[in-house]
Amino acid sequence: MGTMEQSFDLSGGGRSRRRRLANRLAEVVATLAALSAVAVLAIVVLSIAKRGIGEISWSFLTEPLPLFGTPGGGIAPLIVGSAILVAIATVIALPLGVLSALLLSEFASRRLAAPIQLVFDLMSGLPSVILGVFVFGLLVYGHTQSGIAGGFALSIVMLPLIARSTQEVLRLVPSSQREAALALGVSRWRIVVGIVLPSTLGGIMTGTVLAISRAVTSGVSCRPASSGPTATTVCSCSCSTCRTTTTSAS
Amino acid sequence: MSTVPAAETLGGTQRLRDWIGDRLLLILTLLAALASVALMVLIAWRVFRGASLSWSTFGLGFITGTTWDTNAGVFGAGTLLYGTAVTSLMALIIAGPLGIAIALFLSELAPRWIRELIGPLVEMLAAVPSVVLGLWGILVLGPFCANHIEPWLGRWFGWIPLFSGDPSSSGVFVAGLILAIMVVPIVASICRELFLAVPSELEDGALALGATRWEVVRGVVLSSSKPGIGAALILGLGRALGEAIAVTQVIGSATAINVSLFAPGDTLASRIAAQFQGAVTKLQISSLFYLAAILLVIGLVTNLIAQVIVRRFDVQRAAD
Repeated sequence: MGTMEQSFDLSGGGRSRRRRLANRLAEVVATLAALSAVAVLAIVVLSIAKRGIGEISWSFLTEPLPLFGTPGGGIAPLIVGSAILVAIATVIALPLGVLSALLLSEFASRRLAAPIQLVFDLMSGLPSVILGVFVFGLLVYGHTQSGIAGGFALSIVMLPLIARSTQEVLRLVPSSQREAALALGVSRWRIVVGIVLPSTLGGIMTGTVLAISRAVTSGVSCRPASSGPTATTVCSCSCSTCRTTTTSAS
Repeated sequence: MSTVPAAETLGGTQRLRDWIGDRLLLILTLLAALASVALMVLIAWRVFRGASLSWSTFGLGFITGTTWDTNAGVFGAGTLLYGTAVTSLMALIIAGPLGIAIALFLSELAPRWIRELIGPLVEMLAAVPSVVLGLWGILVLGPFCANHIEPWLGRWFGWIPLFSGDPSSSGVFVAGLILAIMVVPIVASICRELFLAVPSELEDGALALGATRWEVVRGVVLSSSKPGIGAALILGLGRALGEAIAVTQVIGSATAINVSLFAPGDTLASRIAAQFQGAVTKLQISSLFYLAAILLVIGLVTNLIAQVIVRRFDVQRAAD
């Protein structure tokens, strides 16, 4: 270390000092950037928790919504609503996503896979407010809001996520296993059902849980489709009410 | 002796079952994939069809029209396009450098255990529900901006029209900051993957030639992942363009274009989210569909650009 320092001083002088300063500066900036992101996360979580923790009680979680203007009440219908909508969404999105991923990674040729892959990538980038508008136009407009419509909207949120995560775990199955099975004369569907799916089940479950967490927190996509007495989720209700509650509180 | 024909018949049914099973699985997976593609087409078709009434009333003038008057039945997206552009750009200007710096810290500087600690934390920032982030914007960030950041900006940069005007706790500025918080983890996690994929021989070579870490980063890491960084920024932009709820909560609501960042505004997505429940006339609903159609086109184009870059870049990486 000491000799390095010395040789730099002999050759560089001011220029070497400037280079080392720039290096130090860049390190400090990058470290600060990372710390600031963590700090923002901590501030968000702590300030929300500080305000909310006092409100959470057993009755808050289990009682029905308060009537307008009366104190007390809870969020039980919202929790049940979230569960129902997400259950509907999972029933729709899980088979579609897993089967599509199977097609992409087990059967499809490159030319068939590329456009389907692109569609999934585009779908996952769709603004969720558009999904709400779409489901409203398709199922609600001229009919009534329903839990099915809301669940359908959430399933579009989940579908590309499940498809992608399934594809990723399918890629982890060693191709030597598939080839060994093929060499033994096992048919394709038996390979999928007997080897590929069992070894990726855990990964598919993980992906599904992550997709569910996204769906639960996506309020805007299901709000136009189902709200009020039909089925409201925690997030879609907090979307529509928190503006009014905060203005009245302040 | 007698087992031979039995084995043969077994083989026969087995083969038939395999034939059917193979076809069945292939058809099922094909149907599922086609259904997904059809769903995407259906989304676009339904949104555009919903906009048809507004389209026949206002035509292309809707895009530039700046009035949004529910009572008079005159609608235009000009104000909202401006608001969307300003908030998204602001988010990108803040979150781009920040996300890249975080990615550099995680991939180049941090020791392994810090990387494994901070990496997931940064990604958790993306998992904060946007409703929660918006609520936090109302309760914490908005007042903080109104009391501290905006007066300071106004004092030093008030001569720029963007930073003129009275500080307020809900407006374009707060919305831009909230969006930036949402975009940072996207940019950071994509860029980190990019930087980790840079061949270490290149970095080691540059270090061996006496380059400092920063020079390695600038000359090797950043320059070799330029297209990927571009794609990461565009994906982040797509997120900022489409975010509705959090923006609705903090941006206030404006019917005219305000130059000042501290004044209230509105974006395409936030207007849809704010008015969809209360829309009464057919023309208003159709106009909201029109807004969604514009948002859909913008979202698809940005995502398409990002995907094209990613694909070309992947091919290039694979060839190297």
